[in-house]
Amino acid sequence: MTMALAMAGVGSAAQTPSPPAATERQTSPRPPAPKGPSLGRPASDAEIAAIDVSVGPDGAGLPPGSGTPKQGAEVYATKCIACHGPEGANGVNDRLAGGQGTLKSATPVKTIGSYWPYATTVFDYVRRAMPYPAPHSLSDAEAYAVTAYLLHLNGIIAADEVMDATSLPKVKMPNRGGFTSAFKPGR
Amino acid sequence: MVKPKTHDLEPVAGNGLLHRRLFLTGSLAGLSLLRAVPLSAQQNVPDWMKAPGGPLRPYGERSPHESSVQRLVGPMPGTTGSGSSRTPLEFLEGMITPNSLHFERNHSGVPDIPPAQHRLVIHGLVRRPLTFELEALTRYPLISRMHFIECSGNSTALYAAQPAQAGAGAIHGLVSCAEWTGVPLGTLLDEVGVRPEGRWLLAEGADAAAMSRSVPMEKALDDAMIAMYQNGERLRPENGYPMRLLLPGWEGNTNVKWLRRLKVTAAPSMTKDETSKYTDSLPDGTAMQFTFPMGVKSVITSPSGGLKMQGAGLYQISGVAWSGAGRIRRVDVSADGGKTWAPAALSAPVLPKALTRFRMAWRWSGGPAVLMSRAVDDTGAVQPSREALLGKRGATYRYHFHALQCWAVAATGEVRNVYV
Repeated sequence: MTMALAMAGVGSAAQTPSPPAATERQTSPRPPAPKGPSLGRPASDAEIAAIDVSVGPDGAGLPPGSGTPKQGAEVYATKCIACHGPEGANGVNDRLAGGQGTLKSATPVKTIGSYWPYATTVFDYVRRAMPYPAPHSLSDAEAYAVTAYLLHLNGIIAADEVMDATSLPKVKMPNRGGFTSAFKPGR
Repeated sequence: MVKPKTHDLEPVAGNGLLHRRLFLTGSLAGLSLLRAVPLSAQQNVPDWMKAPGGPLRPYGERSPHESSVQRLVGPMPGTTGSGSSRTPLEFLEGMITPNSLHFERNHSGVPDIPPAQHRLVIHGLVRRPLTFELEALTRYPLISRMHFIECSGNSTALYAAQPAQAGAGAIHGLVSCAEWTGVPLGTLLDEVGVRPEGRWLLAEGADAAAMSRSVPMEKALDDAMIAMYQNGERLRPENGYPMRLLLPGWEGNTNVKWLRRLKVTAAPSMTKDETSKYTDSLPDGTAMQFTFPMGVKSVITSPSGGLKMQGAGLYQISGVAWSGAGRIRRVDVSADGGKTWAPAALSAPVLPKALTRFRMAWRWSGGPAVLMSRAVDDTGAVQPSREALLGKRGATYRYHFHALQCWAVAATGEVRNVYV
């Protein structure tokens, strides 16, 4: 099975055009064909879609569906409260709400409201990893709803605001400007 | 047996430090270091010589007399598999960490992945998205490299105002070093054909957290590896079986374990573990993000906190040094709290982005002493004092602590962590 798939990969690589001559390559933006063994097989759109769960800060990758803080409160009360505490505080695991205005103090309280720069990250993380005992058990609508509830707990969106693929990337997080990248490309 | 020359035993720095020549020339053979085990009595045949020993075994285990050497396990509340376990540095020697003692940092436990069902998919801003079976990847030209991995949260206890009373492993044990074997990531990226706008990769694991980090394309094309073997055997489950990303010298969590997906993107994906965690808070309330390389660092592992000296006399100071920027160039050791220093012997091989073992001979007077080590890497970066590090960063930085570690030896022989 594995061998057959690998051979399919070889076949597919063989169909790609042969590399241009050296003189052409200098003027063409097209990179040379792979020099490696080419033992991968083409990944189909369906195969990629089945595992591509990531959401970018621009909202790329957000699925259909929507949720409100009110709906999210119900999910939170059954799936999240045991670890994160009532209203996102005083749980045994990470505090999720409050802490705004503490980042300059000796004991900064880092929560979604005080620290996280992007609202999309909340949805991405809830969908890929939460609730801790049963990740991937929430529907996309439930993930939107829990995200909405957590944003509302932090005073970032109103109680009746609907979070979906359009509205979530537009949410302005309080600490959006609080980060500097230490990585400088090309250095 | 070569007897040490008298001048080899003369101090080179304060409070009893002896010349590293002792380690460089092998003249230690004639010395009775206090680590040495006394000779057995010649007359008595021990029990284990009076009958044939134990059976051959298909899979080896260490001596039962060493079973107390364990990782220091610290799960997060309510979990058994998340959190970290630390390498007991004070009980190990050399540069390689045994696989059973390599540190762990897991974000949602250790998955049990059947290798035939695992895939690595590379997609996104590429010309030919490809799926790789494990079996296919093992048929690529493999490379082997010795590299440390260090969690960026290692040694974070030393940001605290009071020195933690803990041993070298408990404080610094989120670093380990292994020989990793795998496929250069650049080979696979060449095959998928990265589009010019693809400047980052999202690396994602197949654990229950689907742990994910964004990695710059520069690093992926430099020395990144898809590692499948660890010290000659397949990766341990807790270190990413069947495959992990290896980014030599970069903070541990970017070396994504159980790697299942690499998505080429134009910009960072801003995942939870590069925004809410693994970002470094500054006194002005802002934070640094993507502080990838681990700083030049060293720690004396013997003697160290929790160990006890066995009376005045000749000792071996031993420790490890490393840098995410390259090779260790030198390590200086002090026995008088930093007043005087002398260079330690570096044990070959000294490899880039790998643990380097350093050693120093020391005649302990039996009086108080403060032992310190200070590493310099081949970029010229010098391991800073704690005071200098905190002066620059503040105490809430939390990650990337790489300042000098100081161990105070009391007249009783007890060793403890101190700030000087």
